[in-house]
Amino acid sequence: MESSVEHFDEDLWSGGKKPLDSSYGKMMMWFFIVSDALTFSGFLVAYGFSRFKNIDSWPIADEVFHHFPFLHGVDAPMYYVALMTFILIFSSVTMVLAVDAGHKMQKNKVAFYMLLTIIGGAVFVGSQAWEWKNFIKGEYGALETKGGQILQFVSEDTGKRVSLSSFTSKSSSPRLYQTKDKGIWFFSEEKPPTFTVAEVQEGFLKNPLLRVKSEKIDPKSGHKIILTRAESAVKVSQAKYVVEGANLIRNEYGNRLFADFFFFITGFHGFHVLSGVVINVVIFLNILIGTYQKRGHYEMVEKVGLYWHFVDLVWVFVFTFFYLV
Amino acid sequence: MGHKLSIFRGLLTFKSNQQKIWGVLIFLSIVTAVEVALGILKPPFLLKPVLGMKGLNWIFILLTIVKAYYIAWDFMHLRDEKRNLTFSIVLPLLVLIPFLIFILLFEADYIFGVMDSGFVSWNF
Repeated sequence: MESSVEHFDEDLWSGGKKPLDSSYGKMMMWFFIVSDALTFSGFLVAYGFSRFKNIDSWPIADEVFHHFPFLHGVDAPMYYVALMTFILIFSSVTMVLAVDAGHKMQKNKVAFYMLLTIIGGAVFVGSQAWEWKNFIKGEYGALETKGGQILQFVSEDTGKRVSLSSFTSKSSSPRLYQTKDKGIWFFSEEKPPTFTVAEVQEGFLKNPLLRVKSEKIDPKSGHKIILTRAESAVKVSQAKYVVEGANLIRNEYGNRLFADFFFFITGFHGFHVLSGVVINVVIFLNILIGTYQKRGHYEMVEKVGLYWHFVDLVWVFVFTFFYLV
Repeated sequence: MGHKLSIFRGLLTFKSNQQKIWGVLIFLSIVTAVEVALGILKPPFLLKPVLGMKGLNWIFILLTIVKAYYIAWDFMHLRDEKRNLTFSIVLPLLVLIPFLIFILLFEADYIFGVMDSGFVSWNF
């Protein structure tokens, strides 16, 4: 018993051979990656399903994601996610360089490249948090009809989106929002939107230049259809909710499923990046205290590298299907 | 472990593994830049539908698969692994994912048709 433990050669699996010339740990990492790839493809295909099901009314990514840090009010579609993609690919490169230095047993180089990888990953997660913040907060606000249709507002002369706050004013007798100290059977009330439906409707009637941008896409131009003033007035009179930003129930961008998939898929990916950063930090500390130098090889760096590249690979697909297509 | 240092079917050979990594990074950056440029310019002749989707979308998907190939082959060094290992990893994905895409997207297209031309009013 003792001898079998002591003479266990980790390069050879128990059968006395190295299957497919790969170490046990590396192959298990590949098993995990294949299953995780199937999970992600399941999510992305489900997104495709909902999108094809609502092909004539799905939100247009360029109109949703157009923020760039420090450029307020500038319409910058995609530049920011393109930058995020570049950051993630770059951190992948520093990871390969770390693996490469590991093969040559250059401890300091491995540590340095690992550190760069961790920084890249952290910047990416931070960027994603910023992206979420913009998405949740929203910019313009919209109305929702009984059927769950989102009505956005555009100005007739410029054709640009108009925010609710620019044409709506609070009425003199606002609805009283309840708090716990005012009732006996009161549990909680969601934080209300800035304006009530009636206030938005009133503001709409006072501004003859306002038009409603519907969810439907004009198949010829590929843009959302803007209703006439008369049609707009009908739609606005049917509104039931004021929607500002996004949550898991409704969002101001359009179809409800859009925000759900956005939160779920980018959230699941962001969680992968976050756990990747944590694992990278653990490996980085192990490099610093010389664990792998003593072990004689840096295979752990290679294994965590596989995971890290996989996360990058998934982002390439998320980028395409959420922001480009 | 020996590294294979040629990419593009031997068109470009690098002197060391490190150089190859930088070369692949430059290539992936160019592809991403092309994607972003196309996404912003949206050339009108590419917006015509080809096989049920905008031509531009097919280009995006193709470029994405190209990027995925180079990430898997060079960053995840599948190029240097045994061929059997490479294909036991890649083939299940290449079979299952297109299959899933095929069934779900066809189903979605059918449901769209039902909602579009059926008697149910959902858009009120």
